[in-house]
Amino acid sequence: MNDATLRQAFFATLRRIAPEVAPEELVPDRPLRDQVDLDSMDWLNFLVGLHAALGVEIPESDYAKLVTLDDMLAYLRGKLG
Amino acid sequence: MIEFKLPSLGAEMDEGTLLEWKIRPGDHVKKGDVVAVVDTSKSAIDVEIWEQGTVWELLIGVKETVPVGTVIARLLEPGETPEHAAEEKQQRAAAMTPVASAGAPAPAALAGVIEARAATESRQRTSPAARKRAAELGVDLARVTGTGPQGVINRDDIERAAASNAPAKNRWTEMRHAIAAAMARSKREIPHYYLATDIPLVVLSRWLAGRNEGRSVAERMLIAVPLLKAVARALARYPEFNGHFRDGAFVPGSSVNLGVAISLRQGGLIAPAIRDVDTVGLDELMRRLVDLVARARALTLRSSEMTDATITVTNLGDQGVELVQGVIYPPQVALVGFGKITERPWVEDGRIMVAPVVTASLSADHRVSDGHRGALFLAEIARLAQDPGKLDEPAVGR
Repeated sequence: MNDATLRQAFFATLRRIAPEVAPEELVPDRPLRDQVDLDSMDWLNFLVGLHAALGVEIPESDYAKLVTLDDMLAYLRGKLG
Repeated sequence: MIEFKLPSLGAEMDEGTLLEWKIRPGDHVKKGDVVAVVDTSKSAIDVEIWEQGTVWELLIGVKETVPVGTVIARLLEPGETPEHAAEEKQQRAAAMTPVASAGAPAPAALAGVIEARAATESRQRTSPAARKRAAELGVDLARVTGTGPQGVINRDDIERAAASNAPAKNRWTEMRHAIAAAMARSKREIPHYYLATDIPLVVLSRWLAGRNEGRSVAERMLIAVPLLKAVARALARYPEFNGHFRDGAFVPGSSVNLGVAISLRQGGLIAPAIRDVDTVGLDELMRRLVDLVARARALTLRSSEMTDATITVTNLGDQGVELVQGVIYPPQVALVGFGKITERPWVEDGRIMVAPVVTASLSADHRVSDGHRGALFLAEIARLAQDPGKLDEPAVGR
């Protein structure tokens, strides 16, 4: 999967939870959940959506690594190999 | 004959707009069936019926707005014939017309009285064409003055009303008004008192991490679930926080229906209930919470969920504050709040450690309970949270 496809799937999933999000307005190195106002239920649904879209399973113990948009995209790239 | 009235779907609701009938004349309905979708200021709600029978007449049309308590459908009781129902309907109408019982009214006067009564029931006479046009244009028939014979609303009246219509109703403005009404009533009528306590979550977090480990993301549980369960269990011992205050007296809830405060992305909030939380296992509770939040955000809740809550739990921890001092949702008598779970210094057995800690708070109605009992109730929640394995067991010793 190339980077453009990954970003597209990522933001499509995010916008199902938070339809008002404009990807270009997100600061890539600031905490994503603060910028998008994702509560724990939104976060869980977002991960469920990513799993469905990309087939990536994210264990709970990895949540701490997934703070910013950059973190998340890098993590997913790594998982998708 | 059963008269089905528009139910009140929350403390602040005084009218509703029909969006859709889910039944047609001749349909058989039973307890709990969804019969209509009604738009309230907060959301579109599936309205359930609590009797069984056969649908006979539908009395209002789509897009019509009527006050709470208006008869919107008539049903035949099991075994009842339409002829019998028609007779009963006439008797009821006669009983409600004082002129008729005063004897020998002039026919014209009687017609006038019946006409007036029909109008107060929001069953204005409307021509079918006008009704159809009103639905197309989104015109509320209750706010249209008829200029036809005997005040019948015709197509021209609808066109005029549509032309002079104020801007379309804004759901978020209305929700703001609904919240304002309920919260103002709460602060006006309920003498609140507030308590808070810190609860260490070392055991609970570890237990949850173990449970979620290796589980697919869709099967993971949020920490809110065992906390909700602990509240429900504690209420079994402190029932004065579970129920409603009506007509000057406390009415204890017969089951524990937790209202869950859910903030909506567009602004505003809604607190529908999960029923019988004291009797369900944690996985089932998680499933219900996911379902409830999804439906609240999609604005597709059921009427009983809007009115059944016997206490509300709010979880503002996700927004990053440690302490919530909530406003009770009338006619409930208590609200439990959970703040943000943070790592804090914690002393146990004479040793200081770093532990995940949550501040649990209670807002309670001083007409019903006192601070001493409130403190014991919070302490019980804290105690139950230390034994998560037990929370998953079926209710014991209720």
